[in-house]
Amino acid sequence: MDLNYSKDELAFRDEVRGWLSANLPQDLRDKIANYDELGREDLMRWHKILAKKGWVAPAWPKEWGGTGWNVVQRYIFEEECGYAGTPPLIPFGLSMCGPVLLRFGTDAQKQRFLPRIYNGDDFWCQGYSEPGSGSDLASLKTKAVREGDHYVVNGQKIWTTLGHVADWIFCLVRTDSSLAKKQEGISFVLIDMKTPGITVRPLILMDGGHEVNEVFFDDVKVPVENLVYEEGKGWTVAKYLLGHERMNTGRIGASKRELAKLKEFAAQQPGDDGKPLSEDVRFRDRISRVEVELMALEITNLRFLDQMRRSGQPPGADVSMLKIRGTEIQQSLTELMMQAVGPLAQPFEASNGDAGFDAFTAGLAPRYCNFRKASIYAGSNEIQRNIISKMTLGL
Amino acid sequence: MNFDYNEEQQLLADSVRRFLSKDYEFEKRRKLVASAEGWSPQVYAQLAEMGVTGIPFSTDHGGFGGGAVDLMGVMEAFGDALIVEPYLPTVLAGRLIARAGNDAQKKAILPGVVEGKVRLALAHTEKGARYNPAWVQAKAVRSANGWELSGEKCVVLGAPMAETLVVSARTDKGVSLFVVPRDAAGVSLKAYRTVDEMRAADVVLKSVKVGSDALLGADGTAIPLIEEATDFATALICSEAVGAIKFACDTTLEYLKTRKQFGVPIGTFQALQHRIVDMYISYEQAKSMACLAASKADTASDASERARSVSAAKIKIADACRHVSQEAIQLHGGMGMSEELKVSHTFRRLTMIAQQFGDADHHLARFAALG
Repeated sequence: MDLNYSKDELAFRDEVRGWLSANLPQDLRDKIANYDELGREDLMRWHKILAKKGWVAPAWPKEWGGTGWNVVQRYIFEEECGYAGTPPLIPFGLSMCGPVLLRFGTDAQKQRFLPRIYNGDDFWCQGYSEPGSGSDLASLKTKAVREGDHYVVNGQKIWTTLGHVADWIFCLVRTDSSLAKKQEGISFVLIDMKTPGITVRPLILMDGGHEVNEVFFDDVKVPVENLVYEEGKGWTVAKYLLGHERMNTGRIGASKRELAKLKEFAAQQPGDDGKPLSEDVRFRDRISRVEVELMALEITNLRFLDQMRRSGQPPGADVSMLKIRGTEIQQSLTELMMQAVGPLAQPFEASNGDAGFDAFTAGLAPRYCNFRKASIYAGSNEIQRNIISKMTLGL
Repeated sequence: MNFDYNEEQQLLADSVRRFLSKDYEFEKRRKLVASAEGWSPQVYAQLAEMGVTGIPFSTDHGGFGGGAVDLMGVMEAFGDALIVEPYLPTVLAGRLIARAGNDAQKKAILPGVVEGKVRLALAHTEKGARYNPAWVQAKAVRSANGWELSGEKCVVLGAPMAETLVVSARTDKGVSLFVVPRDAAGVSLKAYRTVDEMRAADVVLKSVKVGSDALLGADGTAIPLIEEATDFATALICSEAVGAIKFACDTTLEYLKTRKQFGVPIGTFQALQHRIVDMYISYEQAKSMACLAASKADTASDASERARSVSAAKIKIADACRHVSQEAIQLHGGMGMSEELKVSHTFRRLTMIAQQFGDADHHLARFAALG
């Protein structure tokens, strides 16, 4: 047993760390550190820097630009990015649509879409959830009816992250409503967001931010060549993709960075007795608790990676565990950051344009609010428990 | 990076597990703990035969020179089977002799320990000490021929079965360790059964005279030694906890699949499914932290790195012990309360492990103090 990275893995980590430190633009670094909102331009700028280096899609096959890294190297890369505080790579193209096309797409689809995903020419979003279909995804109702060489799509998607800036959306739609089993008759289609009949309406979240949307489809014509895999086999595609979506939800690197920041921040905030908050035993214990949770999650993640590397098996239901604990830790960290500023967490918005408060401090409570999403998205933590219960425990 | 046991570690763990599943199954164990002695010298001899008692001691004394990682699989098997034999107390006190003792002391005691013929106990904790390792009021005073020891020690695990005690006492230079035969004049034991069905004793030392060769290590330097040995033993009980937690999870899962209410197995209820999932998550995290504790007990570069890792592990292990044991009983319903089911005995052991060598709060304070 050896919990440490090998010499080669350490060298790889140092290479990644060194490169990130030299190539992450300072203004992006500052935006992340200040918890500023990142726009499409910020996101794609970082995407293109990584694409140029050849590191934007490590898990893809080499012929499509993948790096050939093993699971441990990929993990190290992701965690180093989180630790360095890079803008996130938006997963919809790189980790979702891309892998789906690689697995199920035709050659023509691959040629058409993969290079543009890789290079950041197209911005993708995901059309899964519907107003009546959240955790029960297979109950979705958005309809696609075949008419000649087109499908005509009608319906509504919801919680569409970054749909307002996206060029393309991949959607699960119902192509056959006559089947008894709701998982059947679903198809996976790619839709150009500029197609007539698509309306995007913002959904403002409780932190005041605009990241998700409602997307309405009103007689939207989608060429049949945009169908991925067979008609009616969309659920197979969706299940494959759900595994991918859960690959890196541990977010250990990012949480480590946030923990270090919290410790530093708590040392600067006053406690009730005027001494630094970090010396307040109750607050200190809360921080220590999160730190220990993070240690346990990191080692568990490494154990699973080690098993995966040995067995050559893709991640199983174990990944659900990382999602549950990882998001709990992210949420605890945002909560402690907010609590660290005490009464100063209250200011939200200047009413007369003259903000008499420090914007970073005022952003901590909204950030806490925003992160409540983490235990809901990508399969709520309750759905993750259902998965473990069924897949691992056989219940 | 590698989380697997090596071949030797795996073989040893497998053979211990095989032996215990046969010779230490639950009904046999029940009879054993109810007996007057409360433990089985035969089982202990068998474990020695398999080499378990020799693992953590130097080849100079017939051992294998192994560390905590080498014992992980064995301790997991012990936790699964709920071993009551005084292995851990012997390893804990033996480690102090191995690390602090001079050649003569080591030669006199350790070969017998390795062979399984000698059992040891560390008489350190006193009433009022709680988990503070530096709280020692027992006294050792130099006499013409050596030392004279007086004081009271409580809950000395394994003392009733030990031939030799390692006793902490305060001299004019600080806390020191002494090797004391259990049957030395002036040593008296009040023995009892513990909640987790082991044997322990309160030990009273009344003007116990020992020779000058009884002093273990330099006078007044015992605290860091005790902390190190306790961290090592803590790493071991972390793995023991993992074995017991795994049993509690598995037996509860089995129960959820077989117990029927309202015409269906109760495992079909989502309210229970999510709870057992959380138990298994606790198990996985406990396992991870046991790996951390053992590997740092063996390889930490300094005392604070070791202490910080072991404390972090013990925090999570203590949490997992409480969580899993409590949920295992709850999910078994009334049956879980019954003394007839092994899981209720696992509950008792896990409850004690949660507090042994410091509870979560103690280790949280220690962890936080180390930054």
